[in-house]
Amino acid sequence: MIRYIARRLILLGPLLVGITFVSWAAIQLAPGSGDYFQSLVLQYPQISPQTIAALRARFGMDQPPWIQYLRWLWSIVHLDFGLSFAYQVPVTWLIGSRALNTLLLSITSMVAAWALAIPLGIYSAVHQYSVADGALNVSAFVAISVPSFFSALLLLYAAFWTHLLPLQGLTSVTYDVLPWWGKVLDVGWHLILPTIALGVFSVGGLMRYMRNNLLDVLRADYLKTARAKGLTERRVILRHAVRNAINPLVTLFGFELGGLLSGAAFVENVLGYPGLGRLILEAVLKKDVFVVMGSLLLGSVLLILGNLAADILLAVADPRIRYD
Amino acid sequence: MAHDLVAARVAEQRRREAARARTPLALAWRQLTRYKLALVSGAVLVAAYGIMVFAEFFAPYALDFTDRSLFYAPPVGVHLRDAQGRWHLRPFVYAYRLVDRDLRIYGPDTSRAYDIRFFVRGFRYRVLGFAPTDIHLVGADPPARLFLLGSDQFGRDLLSRMLFGSRISLLIGVLVVLITFPIGLVLGGVAGYYGKIVDNILMRSVEVLASFPTFYLLLTLASVLPATLSSGARLFMIAAVFSLVGWGGLARIIRGLVLSIRELEFVLAARAAGLGDLRVIVRHILPSTTSYVIVAATLSIPGTILGESGLSFLGLGVQEPSTSWGLLLAQAQSVDVLTHFPWLLLPGLAIVVVILAYNLLGDGVRDALDPRQRSS
Repeated sequence: MIRYIARRLILLGPLLVGITFVSWAAIQLAPGSGDYFQSLVLQYPQISPQTIAALRARFGMDQPPWIQYLRWLWSIVHLDFGLSFAYQVPVTWLIGSRALNTLLLSITSMVAAWALAIPLGIYSAVHQYSVADGALNVSAFVAISVPSFFSALLLLYAAFWTHLLPLQGLTSVTYDVLPWWGKVLDVGWHLILPTIALGVFSVGGLMRYMRNNLLDVLRADYLKTARAKGLTERRVILRHAVRNAINPLVTLFGFELGGLLSGAAFVENVLGYPGLGRLILEAVLKKDVFVVMGSLLLGSVLLILGNLAADILLAVADPRIRYD
Repeated sequence: MAHDLVAARVAEQRRREAARARTPLALAWRQLTRYKLALVSGAVLVAAYGIMVFAEFFAPYALDFTDRSLFYAPPVGVHLRDAQGRWHLRPFVYAYRLVDRDLRIYGPDTSRAYDIRFFVRGFRYRVLGFAPTDIHLVGADPPARLFLLGSDQFGRDLLSRMLFGSRISLLIGVLVVLITFPIGLVLGGVAGYYGKIVDNILMRSVEVLASFPTFYLLLTLASVLPATLSSGARLFMIAAVFSLVGWGGLARIIRGLVLSIRELEFVLAARAAGLGDLRVIVRHILPSTTSYVIVAATLSIPGTILGESGLSFLGLGVQEPSTSWGLLLAQAQSVDVLTHFPWLLLPGLAIVVVILAYNLLGDGVRDALDPRQRSS
């Protein structure tokens, strides 16, 4: 097990090089769309060419692309993500808190989705072909068909007219003067809307998956044995069937995380949530190259670590799985 | 003797019927018809694509039609009974009247009823790109406006723009499938067939692609598209971006399937017959993956539609003056607009309906074609 984790972590190195190369190539592909400095000149024609050249040199943008890439790679090894063109501050300052916010949103959504989807899936499977099962199935399909930007807009609409929840952002204006428990409550209060907007999609998929897994398990012989022993139906389902049906869901964890990171980008933009997705959109529009690269890299690292965690969890949860 | 002949005939007929009933296509069709939801979804999609093809006929107004005096007008009320209490034979509308200039609140001008006319003459267009005509399904005489779903901030008819926008929203999914599937099939086939170093290189690249949060990568790639592209070229570039990001998942699964298929005897036979590698892969191995590929294609289209709407929603996809459902929905992004002019959310509803239809159809098709993946 430890050897397996070690091997995965070692493979992480080449993978990260590949990722940075792809992101760099993606940005360099731009044929004549101009970089940050060109748009700066368009915006402020009074800036002298010397100033622009000096700025370029300061960020190392006067070098050929492949040298820029190698330099950037070299500084990444030293955990230096470079400077943001637009804000003139280290990219790590910008990205750090944003990534934490996105992670917070993704995790609350995931927890909420699992807490809701698993009981619903169990109920649906146990009452297969009932009216409730049919209704839940159709709702699940609707849930996986609603784009997160649309669910965010609908929630925004509802929240505006009901005045129940804050519309935008992660904190209130008074956040800084609140005591620590007030801060926690305030953030929690602001998290409700984005969590629902982002979680709806996951609930549908997870519920269907749980239902199908449980239906497979319910046909198994060991459940007949359990019933034959005279266990109550409740105990048969909860202790014997559900435990086995839940295992494969762990593999979805990594997959879910990828979807959540992408979906969060929309929710963040609609609901004004200060996260990584909104940062990368702003940076992409401003052609703030180092911020884009940093966000892509960090997003990917989150995803890879999430997948690794899922694989380890699976091995812990299911003794039949062995990674040599 | 005669009796034997009859019996033989009956047996022959039964055998034929059984054979006919058991062709894979017939089996699949029988399975599919068991899923009423899937059939209904299929019908919805056929209708949506049909309307898309004849968008100009169904649209009361042209793509670039604007009535600057009627921005943010709510959906027009269709009446049968007028303000004086008289019943009309034809449904009619009233012209808009600005009630509150500051809040953009409109009311009906009940002084005169304007009949809704069918098969009216309007802007000129070409059916399917050639037959010129100016006949439209519905219309109303000016100054009344037939804004059945309301108008946007420039006084453009939302319904007409949704009809024209459906072209991009509905076609991008198909376009991307047409690009990614040949690539994914061939690369996955090659990786699985040759194994070793080819396999290693291809699968490591797939892993790199799969390590990105998809939407971040789409965002970055879409942002480098030059702003000077024509709308047609831009659509193709966006499709190319989706394909670049999307071929990996399919290639990986095809590779897995090919790994097991290539050990089967018919592949050995094909090779023994002296066929070239590419021919063996394309003509003998890949056809065995058909049922999986059809299901994967159906289920990949809604994902692309979602992605395009998302990009356009954020302003990085389709650009004005052409439009798509995502771009139309982008108008509803600000809280003020959204809460006061909620009909601008309708393009989002169209996205949900189409994606739902594809998901339900895909689920039905999977159950019909691939019993192993059947979801009880």
